[in-house]
Amino acid sequence: MQYEEVATTQDGNLVINVGPQHPATHGVMHLVITLNGETILKVEPHLGYIHRSIEKMCESLSYRQFIYSTSRMDYLSSHINNHACVLAVEKGLQIEVPERAKVIRILMDELTRVASHVLWWGAMGMDVGALTPFFHAFRERELINDIMEETCGARLTMNYMVPGGVMADLHPNFVRKVKEFVAFFRTKMDEYDTLVTDNVIFQGRTKGVGVISAADAISYGCTGPVLRACGVKCDIRKLSPYDGYENLKFEEPLETAGDSYARYLVRMCELRESLSIIDQLIDNIPEGEFQAKTKAVLKLPKGEFYSRVETARGEFGVYIISEGGLTPYRIHFRSPGFNNLAALDHMARGQKIGDLVAIMGTLDLVIPDIDR
Amino acid sequence: MSNEELKAKITEIIPTAVFDETGEWLTVSIEAVDWLSLAQQICTNTELDFDFLFSVTAVDWKTHISMVYHLRSLKHEQIVVVKAKCDRTMPEIESVYKIWKTAELNEREAYDLMGVVFLNHPDLRRLFLTDDWEGWPLRKDYVDEVNMIKL
Repeated sequence: MQYEEVATTQDGNLVINVGPQHPATHGVMHLVITLNGETILKVEPHLGYIHRSIEKMCESLSYRQFIYSTSRMDYLSSHINNHACVLAVEKGLQIEVPERAKVIRILMDELTRVASHVLWWGAMGMDVGALTPFFHAFRERELINDIMEETCGARLTMNYMVPGGVMADLHPNFVRKVKEFVAFFRTKMDEYDTLVTDNVIFQGRTKGVGVISAADAISYGCTGPVLRACGVKCDIRKLSPYDGYENLKFEEPLETAGDSYARYLVRMCELRESLSIIDQLIDNIPEGEFQAKTKAVLKLPKGEFYSRVETARGEFGVYIISEGGLTPYRIHFRSPGFNNLAALDHMARGQKIGDLVAIMGTLDLVIPDIDR
Repeated sequence: MSNEELKAKITEIIPTAVFDETGEWLTVSIEAVDWLSLAQQICTNTELDFDFLFSVTAVDWKTHISMVYHLRSLKHEQIVVVKAKCDRTMPEIESVYKIWKTAELNEREAYDLMGVVFLNHPDLRRLFLTDDWEGWPLRKDYVDEVNMIKL
């Protein structure tokens, strides 16, 4: 039977497909897994189910337009992705951004990070068999979406950053609502710890699972919480601060175990750090313009511009090559998810099939970010 | 390490390297054939120690294709950009997946979208596009009638 030929390798190992439509992949990703009994021998990702060639599209979009295609890549970090793009354009045009706009940007970035990590926390719980966290997470994330909706007019693809500042001023309710949210969310964080972090079953599912060494993580190009869980400092907000991160006090949480539980702990600490950043800024939003005066049509000078930001998933880079025209000559997006995914095979080898979702869950993959 | 020292080190490895300091980081332009020997030494030499390959991409310049590698040294907190010039009709360059494992997937992307052939790559196949796709979409002469975005 042809079926058997496809399903097993010559050594009698089983080959199975996970996805492209599978709840554990959180999107359309296809993994081909080679198994010996229950042990994973190889994981091979098959990508491209939602490849839209955003890089090619950007070559025919103006410097104001291309920014918003990145909201559609990592849709959970849309503010931060847009932030990287406007930083690259501002680098090229040497635009001075007003202080108020910088603070608004950081506030939005950190709220996005909280929303993204909260959603990840819920999805992670669901991956390892706990459905309750998912509902808790969506309840809290909804509050952030409401705040975003008032100021940006959108709940998912906000498109709020523009070269020179932000698109609109803050909504009058913004400060009050953010303060209410932070106070409310702090109490929920403790609840999260009782519910999942300290849970013996959860720890059993994630401790010692998907271990990667610091040297391997670096070699695979991992960034963000995945690399920090191996004890390597890699936060772009610290290494090359942008828009005033250098003036803020926050810790870069590090773990050394390099397993799924360490990655989980790093993200939980990052949530608290993001709240602390919001605390520092929310009462100190400077008065003034929210947008610098820029020309209607932007033309970057001939040259190359690279900007880096820390998204919820790691280092996101925008590489613009300009020939001086109205549109970029070439754009490349360095996506954190794509490079973190490269390490999946290494992490999963030798583990049991049931551990695969516990490993994938802590990589926090967003598929459009990988496929672009 | 200052840019001058870095330039001296790289010139020792590849005497024909051309440097450009107009951008944010030091940019080194080399020929594709020199890339593997530079890559090996730039990663393992403890004074250079560029252990983190954080961006790999290809650019079509119509006359040639250049591979662009962004490298960072975590220890020395230094960044260098290496551009390797490839022939456009037959773009070939050595794969560096043994030096930086991230290159394996990133090189597949460059092959898929730009048609650069990586020599000694373990698994050089299309990554995003289907296996029977014709042409290299990110090249400047690629025509896509379906794509309606035109400025």
